[in-house]
Order: sequence, then structure tokens, then C-alpha cells
Amino acid sequence: MEILREIAAELERGEDEKVRMLTESALGQKVEAPMILDEGLIAGMEVVGKRFGAHEIFLPDVLLAARAMNAGLAVLEPHLGQGDVVTRGKVVIGTVQGDLHDIGKNLVGIMLAGAGFEVIDLGKDVSPQQFVDTARESKADVIGMSALLTTTMPMMKQVVSLLKKQGLDSSVRTVIGGAPVTEEYAREIGADAYGFDAANAVERVRGLVG
Amino acid sequence: MKRTLEIPVAEVEPTREALLRALGGPDDRPADARIERLLDEALEELRTRAEPRGMFAETEASGFAAIYEGEGDNETPSPLPEIFPRADLLVLFVVTVGRSVSERIAALFDEGHPALGATLDAAASEATELAAAHLDRIVLDEARREGRANEGSALLRYSPGYCGWNLTGQRALFKALHPEQIGISLTPSCLMEPLKSISGVMVLGPAEIHEFNNDYRFCSDCRTKDCRRRLRAIQPTRPEGDAHGDTERDRR
Repeated sequence: MEILREIAAELERGEDEKVRMLTESALGQKVEAPMILDEGLIAGMEVVGKRFGAHEIFLPDVLLAARAMNAGLAVLEPHLGQGDVVTRGKVVIGTVQGDLHDIGKNLVGIMLAGAGFEVIDLGKDVSPQQFVDTARESKADVIGMSALLTTTMPMMKQVVSLLKKQGLDSSVRTVIGGAPVTEEYAREIGADAYGFDAANAVERVRGLVG
Repeated sequence: MKRTLEIPVAEVEPTREALLRALGGPDDRPADARIERLLDEALEELRTRAEPRGMFAETEASGFAAIYEGEGDNETPSPLPEIFPRADLLVLFVVTVGRSVSERIAALFDEGHPALGATLDAAASEATELAAAHLDRIVLDEARREGRANEGSALLRYSPGYCGWNLTGQRALFKALHPEQIGISLTPSCLMEPLKSISGVMVLGPAEIHEFNNDYRFCSDCRTKDCRRRLRAIQPTRPEGDAHGDTERDRR
């Protein structure tokens, strides 16, 4: 459908006002809200994520596209019934206890939301118990943890252990990332996945939920 | 003797090229007008809010050995214990661009302007590196004037958290330097606040003392391979990527 392609294209360009107007037009043309979300907004954001992963665009391009997505979502949300909401899964994210770096985590959150996931962002300096309690209470599919310090990486292991201890490790998967974190470390602590960067983290979450 | 200094903001303003590299994206295409506008805004924010400061103090090799040893958490073997005993000059240092920039970055994300927030974050990181480079030049110029450095001398910085020097080494470094006096504190997890700060030791000596192969156990986990770029910078005659089999890009 042409208007959905236009929404996706303007979203890729980060044109929030155009996305807002086109979303209103699509609703005016009686296009179903879930279809606009899936084939317009999310489709556009997926292209953006892939292009960033391939180093074809700059990081701010991704963030401007995410803002355009939010502009479209704001128009769409009143038209999405409870049963209509197309969420690809629920992800609890945060920077681990003792660590205050949150730019990388914020980017992951924005890109996950853009990819259609429901994101619960616990912020920074998040204790293992907070991660696990929130995941249990919200029935999350994935916990995403970020650490930028070697001294705080062990907190990731504590989250994985706590999930196991509480019998949640089969229902709540874990993905970890951050500058000092490696694939090997993820294996060592029993995390389910390692995200090299924000775009890769989204791919890994897709892999865990899909 | 310990010295503190305020660094002119103009000294730490990154070039647009450096900022674009830090923001990822294509090498072969210019940024569009929107990205250029973001760069303008971020650089203006940086000029308004950055408060670059530094502190440094010369130390003896024996004194630095104790600082490096820290809490005994360093990787063994690692390059620095082979390098610093051969130095002509060792200088502990710390720099920051101040708290206001970090607060502004957080506010931009909170207020729904992540593109500008991320651009300012990249600018602040580059500025912090430039603040440290400013200290490098001061130390090197003084060493030359005092006859402690010559044409073959090279200065490189090493920091806790890199090249086998455990991050917990920050505690001994802070105990020796007391950067709290210029507003930098250390959290229990050895995180410096403000976040945009760099600490470590400057090692000045013949360029060859800095040479090491990047085949230590921890090198495989290193994302930046920044040591290769640094070594190339002090030995410009070496063909790029030749001596150590380095094929990594340094841009991320």
C-alpha cells in the first residue's frame, strides 16, 4: 500500500512531522491501525536498524528515525485496541549496579522500541534483584543488561544466577553488552546472548524471542 | 609537584570529522544537512557547558610501581611493567570536561532529544581525549625545555582498565593524586564522576620502550586495538598495519 511505503520512507528520513501527518492520512483512508504500525512504522525502523548495522548511516539518523516513529505512534495509539497491540515481546533493560553509563543502554532501548518490542527501562545502577523482580512481575521475555566497567560485569552473573535460583531462567532470557563484555564472558556466566552494539543487541533479542 | 590547570574550551573542541567518525556511519559520504545541524548544536552546547580541567604530578618509577600494583588485580603478564621502568619521565594525570556536560546529555535524553544527546555525548568524549592531549603537550614541552626529552622521545598515556592494568588501580591513582580537588570523584566500582574524565600515567621515553605485540591474553577481548594507532602515531615511518598484523579499523 502506497501510504504505508511513504510512512516507512519518511520515517527512514527521520521526518517526524511528515510521519505524523501521513499516519493521520492513513487512518483517514481507513487503513487498520495495526497494519500502519507493522507495515509502516516498524517496517521503516527495521530498515534504519539494518542500515546502521551496515555503517550506511550515522547514529543520530537512527535516533531521529526513532523520534519520527514516536510521532507516528502517538497518533496511532488511541486507535489501537488492547488486542491490536503488536508487540514482539517485552524486554527489561538497565545498566547494572555500580555503573552509571547509560548512553548505550538508552540506544538499545530506543532501537528495541523501534523494532516493536515493549521496553521497561530501569535506568542505571540497577541491582540484580530489581532486574529479576521486574522481569517476574511484568512477565518479561528478556532482560538486557549493560556494563561499561570490568568491576561491574559480575553483576550480570548475579542476575543470571538469581533467575536460575528462582526458576525463571527458562522463561526469561538474558542478553548482555557493553565495552568490556564479550561473547566468551556471556557464555562463561550463562547469559543467553551477547550484543556487540545496539543494532546487534536488537538482533539478538529477536533471536531469543522469535 | 602536583599542578592543576583550567584548560581553554577552544583546546578541547573536536573537529567535525572526528565527531562524525565517533558517530559511526559511512566513511565515503558526507553527512547531510540535518546531521550537520546537530553537529553545530552539539558543539555549541559543548562550548557553553564544558569546564575542562586537569591535574598532573611527576612520580618516580618506584612510586609508580606501587600505584600500578594497586590491589594486585592486574593481568600478568602485561605490557606496562615492561615499559615504565625504562621511562625518562612518569607523570600521573587526570582530566575532565566537567559535570555540566554530562548533566546536559542526560537531560537531552530525558527530554526526548536523543539525537542531540548522543551527538553531545560523542563530542564530550572527544573533548575529554583532547583535554588529555593538551596535558601531553604541556608535559612534553616542559620536558624538552628541561632537556629530559629529545627528537626520539615519545609520550604515551596508559589508563586503568586498559592493557592489563585493572580498573581497581584507580583507587591507588586517586590516593596519590587526589583529583577530588578538581571535582573528580571515584565510586566504589571505580567509576570516575564526572563520567567524561580520563586518568592514568604519561610515560615519556625513547619511542621503542612503548613497543609491544598485541598478543597478550586480554588483547583478544579489546575492541579498540587503540594501542596500534598510538604506536603508529609515535613511529610514523612504520607502514600502517604492518608490524603487528593489525588490520582493525580504529574508528569505533
